[in-house]
Amino acid sequence: MSQTQENRFSPETLELIGKLVKRYPEGKHKSALIPVLHIAQAEFGGWLSAETMNLVAEVLHLQPIEVYETASFYSMFNLKPVGKCLIEVCRTSSCWLCGAEDIIDYIEQTLGIQVGETTADGMFTLKAVECLGSCGTAPMMQVGADYYENLSIEKVDGLLETFKKEEKQSRYC
Amino acid sequence: MSKKLLLKNDHIEGIRYLKTYREQGGYAVLENTFKTMTPDAVLEEVKTSGLRGRGGAGFPTGLKWSFLAKPEGVPRYLVCNADESEPGTFKDRYLMERIPHLLIEGMVLSSFALGANRAYIYIRGEYFYIARILEQAIDEAYAAGLLGDNILGSGFNLNLYVQIGAGAYICGEETALLESLEGKRGNPRIKPPFPAIAGLYGCPTVVNNVETLAAVVPILESGGAAYAATGIGKSAGTKLISASGHINKPGVYEIEMGLPVETFIYSEEYCGGIRGGRKLKAVVAGGSSVPILPAELILKTAAGEPRLMSYESLGEGGFVSGTMMGSGGFIVMDEDTSIVKNLYTFARFYHHESCGQCSPCREGTGWMEKILHKILDGKGTLQDIDLLWDIQSKIEGKTICPLGEAAAWPVASAIRHFRSEFEAYVQNPDGIKDIKHYYRLENSKVNS
Repeated sequence: MSQTQENRFSPETLELIGKLVKRYPEGKHKSALIPVLHIAQAEFGGWLSAETMNLVAEVLHLQPIEVYETASFYSMFNLKPVGKCLIEVCRTSSCWLCGAEDIIDYIEQTLGIQVGETTADGMFTLKAVECLGSCGTAPMMQVGADYYENLSIEKVDGLLETFKKEEKQSRYC
Repeated sequence: MSKKLLLKNDHIEGIRYLKTYREQGGYAVLENTFKTMTPDAVLEEVKTSGLRGRGGAGFPTGLKWSFLAKPEGVPRYLVCNADESEPGTFKDRYLMERIPHLLIEGMVLSSFALGANRAYIYIRGEYFYIARILEQAIDEAYAAGLLGDNILGSGFNLNLYVQIGAGAYICGEETALLESLEGKRGNPRIKPPFPAIAGLYGCPTVVNNVETLAAVVPILESGGAAYAATGIGKSAGTKLISASGHINKPGVYEIEMGLPVETFIYSEEYCGGIRGGRKLKAVVAGGSSVPILPAELILKTAAGEPRLMSYESLGEGGFVSGTMMGSGGFIVMDEDTSIVKNLYTFARFYHHESCGQCSPCREGTGWMEKILHKILDGKGTLQDIDLLWDIQSKIEGKTICPLGEAAAWPVASAIRHFRSEFEAYVQNPDGIKDIKHYYRLENSKVNS
């Protein structure tokens, strides 16, 4: 399979992947798949294209279907493009009890998009997600690896402004 | 009643780092254990302690360890379940974030007892920043000779790694976790064989929750008998409770088993009462999976005895009038809460998180979400309430893993204890609009 020039892992990333694979016994390198998919998603625009998944398969000596199988199971892997800044608001019980719906409504109105959509400028994607283990500090949202807790409309307002200004990239790794 | 075994040092600045942790007596138990105990003696202490799995199932830890197969020449593994995803639960996060070395010390001790030379901490992907904290702590431990080869000159070797997940509640189920750790979809395995016989990579494996493994440290510090003497009856020791919802002081509290529920909810030491001085309506006492109880049944058992924070007391009355300790995710709801709407958030959760392997769960969770959505939308009928009951009863006990039960129990208990509220929704949908706490669903969307 052919890869475009830009769709290659950097030498530093390849070195990191090499280290990750050593965490598992001989021959059990498939265990590195989820961590490597996180790295790939971070390196290639915040989502996993078929091309990116093929690259992961190649690097880990797996069949491409094994990579698709795993990637499609987990909610943190985006199989479609997302905005630079992925906003995930928790909506399960405790967060709902503490006003998560108001937060979601407010973000929808402010950004002019609905849950699941991306702003026209490609800056924000909004998702409503299930319990992120922040029930005691509800309502909350996750942007990239960061948790923002005890949210209020005012707090969300300030955060959205900051994200816009800093062009916040929500990437793991 | 404020005995603390796990969180006694959580307020100390810098306790996250090895230097401070050791200054507070950290890793002294490990040093002492290596000097004075054999692996079997450690196992015996854990058995004596009466420690039960803190992830939710409450299975005796020593017994689980004793099932571990030990064939010659086959590696054994210890896996820490840090996939904490049960709605209402955030205690493991707190413990790992504040005192990562307590978990590491507990894992070295447990690995020593089990004869495991390789261990993994499987942590949910969303806790990415905590995985970083753990990795830093692990690096410190390696540099200090507390991990790696010949730990503290004991001749015992352990390599410990952090593995991050990627967003799947089901990976908290131990066999789904092992599948995920092998790089696959998190589909639970059919048991037997249990992980103790064929776990990670087909080798004997013990999977324990974060809090369970951390508790091994205080158990070996004072001895299993001392641990067994704390708490109440078969609920030995302390438990971390994640308190959330309509309370004045949400957070993680370490309680000695046997604390009255009423004290936990109303005393200033713990939840500090209901927000705004409102009345208590209901509690989900052990994470989203356990039956919801109305105020009168969570404060007192059906027999009129004060309800205590213990496996036995919370379970008193079975599912007719009791609930479960579960993971200790304690969600409190005030008098204005819509039980139907809260249940809808649970039903949506389980539908989203069903792995899809067993049809009763895959299809049933979707139907329950849709019917609840219809009821909230003012289009439900009395038959829908019976249909909900019927569906949940057809999921329970008919799936490979307990996610089926976890999805069924909240529905069954909400109808059992709050049927009149469901009836109000279907009989007077227009009236509901005007009652604040029965408000209808706005921006309603069903994921199919």
